[in-house]
Amino acid sequence: MRIQILGTGCPKCITLEKNAESAVKKLGIDATIEKITDVDKILDMGVMITPALAIDGIVKSAGKVLNVEEIEKIIKGERK
Amino acid sequence: MSCCTGNTVLIFPCSGGANTGKASDMVARKLTKDKVGLISCLASIGAGVSGFIESAKGATYNIVIDGCPLSCAKKIMDKNNITNYKHIIVTELGIKKGETKITDEVIEELVEKIKEKVKD
Repeated sequence: MRIQILGTGCPKCITLEKNAESAVKKLGIDATIEKITDVDKILDMGVMITPALAIDGIVKSAGKVLNVEEIEKIIKGERK
Repeated sequence: MSCCTGNTVLIFPCSGGANTGKASDMVARKLTKDKVGLISCLASIGAGVSGFIESAKGATYNIVIDGCPLSCAKKIMDKNNITNYKHIIVTELGIKKGETKITDEVIEELVEKIKEKVKD
C-alpha cells in the first residue's frame, strides 16, 4: 500500500504525516508513506485544499488533519 | 490551491450551453477574481476525480451556480455526497433562459446578488 501525504510542508501537513505513520505502525501493515510537496503534482491529483491524504493514488481526504483512528479506518476500508 | 487557510470556498458553475450556463461560468470567474472563492471544476466531480471530490467535501463551503432550475450542478454534487454547498440558480436572479443577453453589466449585477446571498 502506498500512502501519499499532499501538502507544502505546513504544520498541519506534518501532523497528518505523523498520524499516518502512527496508523501504519499500529496496524502493522506493509505500507510506504510518500510526501508530495510539489504544488503542480498536488494540483495534478485534483487537490485544491491541503493537507490531503491519498492511498494508492486515490485521494481519500482533503483539507482535514485526520487523526490516527480516522486514518486507520480508511486503511482498513482499503484492505477489505 | 488553498493550504491550511482554515477558510476555503470553492465555486462550481454548471457552465451549461445556454446563456444562463454561460452566465454561471462568467460569474464564477468574477467571484474568483473578487476573492469570494476559488473556481473549481464541476466536470471533474462528475467524472469522479477523487481529488476534486474530497477538496469539495473539505471546503468550508461550496458555491454551486446553476444556470437554470434543472440544477444539473446541484445534482452532480448530491450524487457525490457533497452536501456543504450554497445553491444559486441564475434564472432566479432576473435572467431569462434563451433571452437575456449576457453582458459585463449583467455579470456584475449577478456577482453582487450572489455575494449578498452567500453572506454569513
